Amino acid sequence: MKNEFTISVYTENQVGLLNRIAIIFSRRKINIESLNTSPSEVAGIHRFTIVINETEDVVRKLARQIEKQVEVLRAFYNAADEIVWQELALYKVPTDEITEKVKVERLLREHGARAVVIRKDYTVFETTGHREETDRLVKVLEPYGLIEFVRSARVAIIKASSGFHELLQDFEQREPGEEATENEYLAENQRVFAM
Amino acid sequence: MSNVATIAPEPKNAVPETPLTRRIFGSEAVMDALVSEGVDTIFGYPGGAIMPIYDALYDYGAQVQHILVRHEQGGIHAAQGYARASGKTGVVFATSGPGATNLVTGLADALIDSTPVVCITGQVFAHLLGTDAFQEVDVINITMPVTKWNCQVTDACEIPAALAKAFYIARSGRPGPVLVDISKNAQLQPFDYEGYVPCHHIRSYRPKPIVRKEYIEQAAALINAAERPFVLFGQGVILGNAEREFREFIEKSGIPAAWTILGAGALPSNHPLNVGMLGMHGNYGPNVLTNECDVLIAVGMRFDDRVTGRLDRYAKQARVIHLDIDPAEIDKNVKSTVPVWGDCKETLPMLTRLTQARSHPDWLARFRQHDAQEMEVVIHDELNPAGETLTMGEVIRIVNELTGGDAIIVTDVGQHQMVACRYARFNGTRSNITSGGLGTMGFALPAAIGAKLGAPNRTVIAIAGDGGIQMTIQELGAIQQFGVEVKILILNNQFLGMVRQWQQLFHDRRYSFVNITSPDYVKVADGYGIPGCSISRRDELTGAIRAMLDAPGAYLLEVMVGKENNVFPMVPQGCGVAEIRLK
Repeated sequence: MKNEFTISVYTENQVGLLNRIAIIFSRRKINIESLNTSPSEVAGIHRFTIVINETEDVVRKLARQIEKQVEVLRAFYNAADEIVWQELALYKVPTDEITEKVKVERLLREHGARAVVIRKDYTVFETTGHREETDRLVKVLEPYGLIEFVRSARVAIIKASSGFHELLQDFEQREPGEEATENEYLAENQRVFAM
Repeated sequence: MSNVATIAPEPKNAVPETPLTRRIFGSEAVMDALVSEGVDTIFGYPGGAIMPIYDALYDYGAQVQHILVRHEQGGIHAAQGYARASGKTGVVFATSGPGATNLVTGLADALIDSTPVVCITGQVFAHLLGTDAFQEVDVINITMPVTKWNCQVTDACEIPAALAKAFYIARSGRPGPVLVDISKNAQLQPFDYEGYVPCHHIRSYRPKPIVRKEYIEQAAALINAAERPFVLFGQGVILGNAEREFREFIEKSGIPAAWTILGAGALPSNHPLNVGMLGMHGNYGPNVLTNECDVLIAVGMRFDDRVTGRLDRYAKQARVIHLDIDPAEIDKNVKSTVPVWGDCKETLPMLTRLTQARSHPDWLARFRQHDAQEMEVVIHDELNPAGETLTMGEVIRIVNELTGGDAIIVTDVGQHQMVACRYARFNGTRSNITSGGLGTMGFALPAAIGAKLGAPNRTVIAIAGDGGIQMTIQELGAIQQFGVEVKILILNNQFLGMVRQWQQLFHDRRYSFVNITSPDYVKVADGYGIPGCSISRRDELTGAIRAMLDAPGAYLLEVMVGKENNVFPMVPQGCGVAEIRLK
């Protein structure tokens, strides 16, 4: 059964790596729902956050294909309940509509929104949250002449992760330490490459 | 939390600091890197964007031989043949634009068949990148899906490190092709060169793991308890230089072993435990008994669909032990009971130590019973036909008789490839060079050039069909110019035979564009100064093959064979391995 999985990839900062990772999905005709690249907790190491809907079996194989790329350090995949995630959304609405017809204050409070810019002609709101939450505000604002809407890619934190600092030290050693090998590939508790 | 982890520890084999640098051009750094890596042969074709490197090459004639191929595809196939025959890394030069795009087929072939190749392409000046300059093409993105790694260099200072990385990545772990694209300004740029430092470690790249002993123990326990264990081996044994370790493993455990097409030769053909070839046109016993074994031990092979047939009918009864160096292959197609991730050079001896010395005479006899059936229905008539027309099989039989199984057989793709791989005898490793995963027609002739240069003391026979030979026949020019002693054996059935066979069996004999004409190959060869002969009669066969082998240099022999012969046995597409047809 297909489920939503979030793949977190730790990589070197390398020109073209985005494409190398993207073609692993496109080659298999898998649509990427969301893709974000950002710095990670370790300076110089990048982190890709990729969301797809697939079976776990496929996701596991994808994670291994991603890890196989020379500049990729690790790829983790997690089901929705194993991560904390957020998306950010921006909404542009005519200011007069909002001030005349809606209590702005109520809107802000109910949807955890924040006014980023208030001009005479338009106001830009921002919310962060899960997809349903940002979608809900779209519904609310549509009757008031929503001019523009945009949502960011997902960013996600893995609940069970203890970060990448220690793993990186092992990667930098010429030979991986015992601990790295234990964590690597076959460990039961770490879902990546768990057999 | 602080970012202490980002400070890299001192590399263990750092070079001692030397104040001595010399000012050289980027192009010279390329040549110095190649010589430092022990490269003695380069296959290439010059052009505008790689001219500075060719200028530097001019001074290296004593150390490096450059084979001027007639097409870049020929260059990379030759480098593949060189790598497969010698165990070293093949090197290719090509210019930007069309030179680079002509490499793509070979890169894809080398990637799927795990062949270590380093391609160096010229690129337009960095300031012209993205301007649609003359002979500019985005080679990095074009080759991304068909390389293990690639990178573009636009500054001469980056050349030594990029090439060091390239060679390390190409040959380590599961080998593969890499491409380094060097802009012309970087080739022309002088810089302070500190000398070549080989690469031994990339922090994001783990070519081989530390082997987990508990999995070796689990695997050994399964093997020791097995009633009908069966070993499948692939090219991993050859790439890992583990032929001896493999032999010790099967000899101690007494397990029958069958090979994939790329694994052929890793175990001598006449070894008592060698039970033949797997897959679509493999032997009868190994296919049928795959579905009767209780423990399946896969060594350095990847369960290609041509080996497994329908996966949901493949070895469902068996517990599977999969030894592979590439973790992405484990559980990719066939779910393993015990995964053994590692270099088989290390894992096989560990496994042998824990394996009980046994033999499985009854089980082995089952294979031999199937062999007898296959011999009766298929092999006997293929090798000793009663009819007037020659068969491909009898040609291979004579080749075996005259070479004794010591030659390197380089095959193209199609019926002749299946026949050659089925019937050719291999006494030793690195004797079978073929395009397995990609099925690249046109592979044999250029690959044979590389194979001969990679193994100059061995007889190299390129066996091709009348289709494939015409795809890269221009490389007769390279054979002529450099005096490469390649024996070219064309098995001409006047058809694109494998496609014709499928049209016959599955498309109701609608022969759609499979009858192909040939030039007079003997005349073509003669035009290149290569002696040749064409025969169609049985009484000429032995003499003609002997003449080919005895000729002092390259030689072309065309053998006219039966037009509509089919290759059997065959596992039809969409069928399980046990549904293999003998006719």
